[in-house]
Amino acid sequence: MPKLKINDIEIEVAPGTSILQACEQLGIEVPRFCYHDKLSVPANCRMCLVEVSPGPPKPQASCALACADNMVVKTNSEMVKKARKGVMEMMLINHPLDCPICDQGGECDLQDQAVAYGFDRSRYYESKRAKTDPDLGPLVKTVMTRCIQCTRCVRFSEEVAGTGELGYLHRGENAEIGTFIEKAVDSELSGNLIDICPVGALTNKPYAFKARPWELRKTETIDVHDAVGSNIRVDARGGEVMRILPRLHEDVNEEWIGDRSRFSCDGLKHRRLDRPWLRENGKLREAVWDEALEAVAARLRKSKLTSTAALAGDLCDVESMAALNDLMGLAGGAQMECRSDGAQFDASARCGYLFNSGIAGIEQADAILLVGTNPRHEATMVNARIRKAWLARRVKVGVIGPAVDLTYPYAHIGEGPGDLEALASGKHEFAKILEKAERPMIIVGMGAFAREDGMAVHALAREVAEKFKMVRDGWNGFNVLHTAASRVGALDIGFWTEGGVDLSAMDFVWLLGADEFDLSQIPAKAFVVYQGHHGDAGAARADVILPGAAYTEKDGLYVNTEGRPQLAKMAVHPPGQAREDWKIIRALSEYTGKVLPYNDLFQLRQRIVNEWPHLGEIDSFPRAEWNKFAGKGRILKDGFKASGGYYLANAICRASPTMKEGDAFFRRRGRAGTRHAEAAE
Amino acid sequence: MLDDKDRIFTNIYGWEPFGLDAARKRGDWDGTADLIKKGRPWIIDEMKKSGLRGRGGAGFPTGMKWSFMPDPAKSGKPHYLVVNADESEPGTCKDRDILRYEPHKLIEGCLLAGFAMGARAAYIYVRGEFYSEASNVVRAIKEAYGAGLLGKNAAGSGWDFDVILHRGAGAYICGEETALLNSLEGKKGEPRNKPPFPAMAGLYSCPTTINNVETIAVAPTILRRGGAWFAGLGRDEKNTGTKLFCISGHVEQPCNVEEEMGIPLKELLEKHCGGVRGGWDNLLAVIPGGSSTPMLPKEMCDTVLMDFDRLREAGSGLGTAAVIVMDKSTDLIYAIARLSQFYMHESCGQCTPCREGSGWLWRTMMRMVRGNATVDEIDMLFEMTKEIEGHTICALGDAAAWPVQGLIRHFRPAMEKRIMEYRKAAA
Repeated sequence: MPKLKINDIEIEVAPGTSILQACEQLGIEVPRFCYHDKLSVPANCRMCLVEVSPGPPKPQASCALACADNMVVKTNSEMVKKARKGVMEMMLINHPLDCPICDQGGECDLQDQAVAYGFDRSRYYESKRAKTDPDLGPLVKTVMTRCIQCTRCVRFSEEVAGTGELGYLHRGENAEIGTFIEKAVDSELSGNLIDICPVGALTNKPYAFKARPWELRKTETIDVHDAVGSNIRVDARGGEVMRILPRLHEDVNEEWIGDRSRFSCDGLKHRRLDRPWLRENGKLREAVWDEALEAVAARLRKSKLTSTAALAGDLCDVESMAALNDLMGLAGGAQMECRSDGAQFDASARCGYLFNSGIAGIEQADAILLVGTNPRHEATMVNARIRKAWLARRVKVGVIGPAVDLTYPYAHIGEGPGDLEALASGKHEFAKILEKAERPMIIVGMGAFAREDGMAVHALAREVAEKFKMVRDGWNGFNVLHTAASRVGALDIGFWTEGGVDLSAMDFVWLLGADEFDLSQIPAKAFVVYQGHHGDAGAARADVILPGAAYTEKDGLYVNTEGRPQLAKMAVHPPGQAREDWKIIRALSEYTGKVLPYNDLFQLRQRIVNEWPHLGEIDSFPRAEWNKFAGKGRILKDGFKASGGYYLANAICRASPTMKEGDAFFRRRGRAGTRHAEAAE
Repeated sequence: MLDDKDRIFTNIYGWEPFGLDAARKRGDWDGTADLIKKGRPWIIDEMKKSGLRGRGGAGFPTGMKWSFMPDPAKSGKPHYLVVNADESEPGTCKDRDILRYEPHKLIEGCLLAGFAMGARAAYIYVRGEFYSEASNVVRAIKEAYGAGLLGKNAAGSGWDFDVILHRGAGAYICGEETALLNSLEGKKGEPRNKPPFPAMAGLYSCPTTINNVETIAVAPTILRRGGAWFAGLGRDEKNTGTKLFCISGHVEQPCNVEEEMGIPLKELLEKHCGGVRGGWDNLLAVIPGGSSTPMLPKEMCDTVLMDFDRLREAGSGLGTAAVIVMDKSTDLIYAIARLSQFYMHESCGQCTPCREGSGWLWRTMMRMVRGNATVDEIDMLFEMTKEIEGHTICALGDAAAWPVQGLIRHFRPAMEKRIMEYRKAAA
């Protein structure tokens, strides 16, 4: 443990701590541009220079220098001040004075640090340098003249995203960030380039010229575009969500979010259900709440319970599902199901459907088996973790399912459950890797369960986990990777039916934001209630539409794929007559005559926590006990299906012009296509 | 003046063939195995005794540098010797002649130095432009392999040793040792942060020592004749031995010459180069150690001695001992502006001060050449060089700053005069 003095304050730090990190521990500000704590350290901006003795008689880059015993560091000496001033002057001579029209204005590191550490005027009388802007696609806007060559974006695309499109081209004054061959940043993490860029060189293209940071109301909440539960900040102005940014959560999403989470926010303004609708003579007409609720209640009273079903979609909060569960329960019980994608697995034990190791646990794994999942699309943050583990320790990865580009190398074991069975009997080389591993891990995706033999695959996955001792002291490597933010919460509160729900036998179907399934399963004569926020597939089939709130418009509880309950907060109000979902169900209960016993969100949550205490432990990650669960049946021959694309995965994305553009752009170019083009060149 | 018997590079002018037979006649590869058999500590000790300082410019004691390498038995990683033959400093042309006329000295030096630091392989990184020089070295390496001097049981010493030549693509920055390592690894030639120093984590993160061609090439002779012999040459124990001087510019006969360390500059120019064009009094200034060292005005040239410490005391440096002589016909401001342009062009662009500052320097210097500036701007220029100097990862920033500093320090009146003239003409 090196002991050193920084500005006459003694500090003892862990070995390997850089001086900059030690300064941060003491609360001493050290200006920096190129240093980012999640990326490698190039020490090229030279802004973090400090005086260190013993050492050469010149300032040292504090980000790259490890603390050593008896060092004396000064961050406020004359030498340091001069050095910072000099570097800042150099930084600014070729930086354009376009702060008034720059989207980074107000949250620009260069702006802030120039005020704090720079000169008050320019001595540069030569012409400023200008650069051409590469086209990085529909999401990231470039103004390279503003670039200060900190290379954070290059390191991000190389290290975290793993796609490596960006590079540092040419040298000296002519050095610039670019893609060499004009090429979009084809990564699901590309939006993070905007956050890590300390200046306005890389900015949010859809958000360009829309707002200034100081005009925005910031709400810290939870993302629902996948089952990871990324922590986000929603920036809104008036009733409009302007942009979405990641929030730091080391165990979930670190500092990143996927492009779907970031750029789909304009979908919250389009195709919204902002008033109730009723179907009359085969046509939907606008209605008022009273009419709509009465129509639902009347039909619900008439329906036979055996032919009543409720289906929860991918974006539902726990409160609305619990309320609907209660409503149906009071009505005498109906068939509830949250696995609208047709996934089949035994949900009787919690350990059987959770990501038991935790997302951060991936970093400890030494062998990872991916079954029927493309984490790059289904849970970008999980994929980024696997890549991080690969980068740090070259973790061995095996894949059963379609061979897709995951940004790290893996052994492709096979396509379907048969190959999983063969692996279990030790017939593939990867079995040896799993056997030797100290912390082996299996990650089973919905692609493995959303098929007729899902139950059998579930059982087989458990068999593999036990064969390779993936569950051992202090380690549970049996992981299920969900794709829907609502799924684990719904399973936790029993919003599922053994064997699934046969929709074709139903007379009354309540769709709670459920769009992602084949609606033709519902018989024509059935009465369909759609409660949700977007006019998507479900709404088109509905007889009554009850307008609900999107995830930015309600306080809600979400349980991520790890089983971690997190609270989302309301950032803006639902549009028009739309209401928070649990309130709609509570209101309906007045019409059915069996009133739900809670009058506000607090009472509803109390009711939830009383029955499922673990849902009250916000942001905790309790390990689920390794209990019995087992499916049955025989496995089929066909391989696991690929995921259905990244950009248009849910109703919000499908309503988003940006996501549509992204989908068209990146699908048109096609991942394989760009590779071939590159090879040809 | 250096006696012929004390000369190390006896074929520096290429009057004899460079091949193995001729080299053996000149004494190369004589008793190499015996030297190796004396053991690692003896070699390093002898190098320390000789007082040899690195010939690449920085002048770090070579024996000490070799001793920084970890114990090969303990480090558990392969060790590497890398020879820096990316000679690109303007004015310098000594390594070039070693490569083409004395390659066997270099290869033998590689074996001895490599053995001393526990390396099994040496990489010679040759500047891209040195095509025929690299060909000669490749031929010499082949000869050495053919004669059993390299490869398994090299030269009968019991030590397995390989020498690999790698050609760069012609970038000045790749002569910086860590940028060279990056380039050798196939990466962009950008200097690395230190620490970790190459002796701990160099080529492929393994312990590596990088030496200049001349440093390695003099090692066999030093070991054969003894460190004491080498230390006996020169003015004091810190500036010993012989040194190849490359004299260019306004002298009658520009040349490469091996001379004793500490020879007076005037003697060097008059004895070997036929003196300054138009006589000693026609001298204006001398850049004593390659383009990055600050220049010295004539008054200092009259007396200055050519070694590391005397030149540092004079506010300059020995660098690579590339003496650039400028007589009174020279437009000094323009000469330095041209150097600024060179450094701007060769900056790798990594660090802010060097990337931005080197271009600013050049542009301001070009205005100074015309006189289109104010006298205040001379001070600004000096401040600029101070903002670059010492604030960068490698020494290229310093190298860009020093020539301008030298100019302002010694020839400020000339710069002011140019500004006044421009104003007069404009008015």
